[in-house]
Amino acid sequence: MNMNQRNEKISNSDLLFAIAAIIFMLMYGFAILYYPHSFLQFQTFFDLFSLNAPLIILTLGLSIVMIGGGIDISVGAVTGLVTMCCAVFLESGRGSVGGSMLLALAIGLAFGLLQGFLIAYLEIQPFIITLAGMYLANGLLTTIHKDPLNVRMPDFVHLRDFEIVIPWLGNSNRLGNFIPLAIKPGAVVALVLIILLAILMHWSRFGRNLYAVGGNNQSAVMLGINVKRTKFYSYVLCGLLSGIAGFVFLMTTGAGNVGNASGFEMKAIAGSIIGGMMLSGGVGNLIGSPIGALTLLTINELIRAAGVNSNFQSIASGILLCIFIVLQNVVLWLRAKSSFKLALPSWLMPSKKTGRA
Amino acid sequence: MTMAKIKAHGFHQVVLPLSVLLILILINLIKGADYFSISIINGALYGNIPNILFGASELVILSIGMTLVTSSSGGQDISVGVAATITSSVFVRLVLNAGQITWMTILLAFLASCAIGILIGAFNGTLVAIFNVQPMVATLILYTAGRSIAFLIDGKLSPILANNFTNQIGSVIPGIPIQTPIILTFVFIVLFVIFLKTTNLKLYSETVGINPKAARLNGIDPVRIKLLTYMILGICTAAAGFIAVTKAGRHDSVNLLKYSEMDAILAVAIGGNALSGGKFSISGSIIGAYTIEVLNRTLLRLEVDPETIKAFKAAFIIILIVISSSVVREFLAKGTKWVRARIGGAEQIQAAGEADAAVISNSDISEKK
Repeated sequence: MNMNQRNEKISNSDLLFAIAAIIFMLMYGFAILYYPHSFLQFQTFFDLFSLNAPLIILTLGLSIVMIGGGIDISVGAVTGLVTMCCAVFLESGRGSVGGSMLLALAIGLAFGLLQGFLIAYLEIQPFIITLAGMYLANGLLTTIHKDPLNVRMPDFVHLRDFEIVIPWLGNSNRLGNFIPLAIKPGAVVALVLIILLAILMHWSRFGRNLYAVGGNNQSAVMLGINVKRTKFYSYVLCGLLSGIAGFVFLMTTGAGNVGNASGFEMKAIAGSIIGGMMLSGGVGNLIGSPIGALTLLTINELIRAAGVNSNFQSIASGILLCIFIVLQNVVLWLRAKSSFKLALPSWLMPSKKTGRA
Repeated sequence: MTMAKIKAHGFHQVVLPLSVLLILILINLIKGADYFSISIINGALYGNIPNILFGASELVILSIGMTLVTSSSGGQDISVGVAATITSSVFVRLVLNAGQITWMTILLAFLASCAIGILIGAFNGTLVAIFNVQPMVATLILYTAGRSIAFLIDGKLSPILANNFTNQIGSVIPGIPIQTPIILTFVFIVLFVIFLKTTNLKLYSETVGINPKAARLNGIDPVRIKLLTYMILGICTAAAGFIAVTKAGRHDSVNLLKYSEMDAILAVAIGGNALSGGKFSISGSIIGAYTIEVLNRTLLRLEVDPETIKAFKAAFIIILIVISSSVVREFLAKGTKWVRARIGGAEQIQAAGEADAAVISNSDISEKK
């Protein structure tokens, strides 16, 4: 038994996560080497979290759905809708910060419920339903308020400008003044969500069920898992996370805008794939997804620090994505090849030396 | 899901998009009885119907290519708009750099853009067929990076294509009453249908889409067929980009055919084709593409706020897809059987029950496979 535990191979999810983590560390190390002045500061790393917290939260939600074997391309549009709705609500004079948080969750939940029901219980292709959801969210967004809306409510501005200050991790700028490290609340929300969701996916029954459903639908049915309910919950969770991401987006930028979070769904998909999720489902460690998103963002920061034309940002993201996709598929294919064993009768098997009677 | 790949075929598949089209035309006629009026301005036909045919030209070509790719690889190519932008940027670059512009220049530039389209198709196809990447993931690469590549090929923002020939291709050739993009689309459809009828591509593509391993055992190489379908999609994107850029008169690498991939996938779905691969119907996709264009214009004609159009379109699509989903259809079938039995009487209930039990048990067995 001990020998079996020692020889047990690393699972596919963990292998892909390891690849993602190693590449992220290599990339960040490369950034530190070449631009030590900017990248060695803690502020840069935490800025990646603070400014891009909505994207990281969206990537988490999308990864959960992808582990279940589905896809949700409406997340960016729902986030934008939530920012505009909360901005309108806060500026209407009858709004409160708590109320807008509930509104954000409610809108995200509504989209998640609708899409989850149509995909899980009516068995419609997720791509089409979430595409229609994206159109719906975009349409509602422009209907509610077309122009950018700056939120000036004092409670909200107070929340927006609130920063967690860690004095001993700061750095001195060029003038010699010491600036302590400032983390925005959005980053804290993102970190807390990462930890909560990783625990959920790894140690709760829902998480294990979702891996089973994503891996093989039919086998999950035979295991007695309620496949439809599990998928439904995954979409509802993704919707909730889009709502949270929308509120965090509003908290970071302070204004509702028609172009908010447009195109985020593709970035989130790219981040998930880099982080080790596979679109076919059943594979992926949830901690890999923020790492994937951070890798994508680090590349963008590197390009900006290098002063290269911003057009190359998307080309570099595309190349990175290409390398990752090919690498992942080659690695998994090699593993699958070596573990394929023929079911032969015992007298035809190649001779084994240990313990056969 | 397996039944969906094998079932919908022949005329039945086209019923869905045709009925949607009829409903939309009815709505338009109710709004204003002069829907079918055609007028001749400057020697060309204008009116609601010609405008729809004109506006949907690129979408039809893209949907045809997307249908083929969906059927053989079981996934969608979301980079078609971007690929069209890249091929048309090559076209514009070659035309603007040529000294003297003649029909031959345009033709050669178009062939060059087709070659680039085939290259892009080969790239996507290699990832999907040889590396076994999901089609949507593989084409996400070009979706992310493509417009920047097109911008780099352009060299500057929005080069303008302002010579006589491309203007005529974009709108009307003097002497021919129908706008040129409509003629080009028609020619493309005819060529494509001839190609499908004279080769085995339809059969092979469907086989590879339904069961690649069985196809391989039958001697059909799934890698080759998938690669071929992606390269054909590349040619389709080159044609669509050509039409789009001649219509617009300038090449805008950011906005050219921006949401066309989503519309193309919608057209394939409305056409009754299974998005997970398998049997397909080109006529269904073509009707689906025109249906989407009619839907867009109907919403505009009904004076819906331009801001709310997307929401209406989304609601329409959701209702359409829900009604045509297999679960809802089974539910409705059971409902009508119940109603018929209540009206008919006891003997009918028994006879209907035995017949339906046989059908349901057969379909259940094949569903579980």
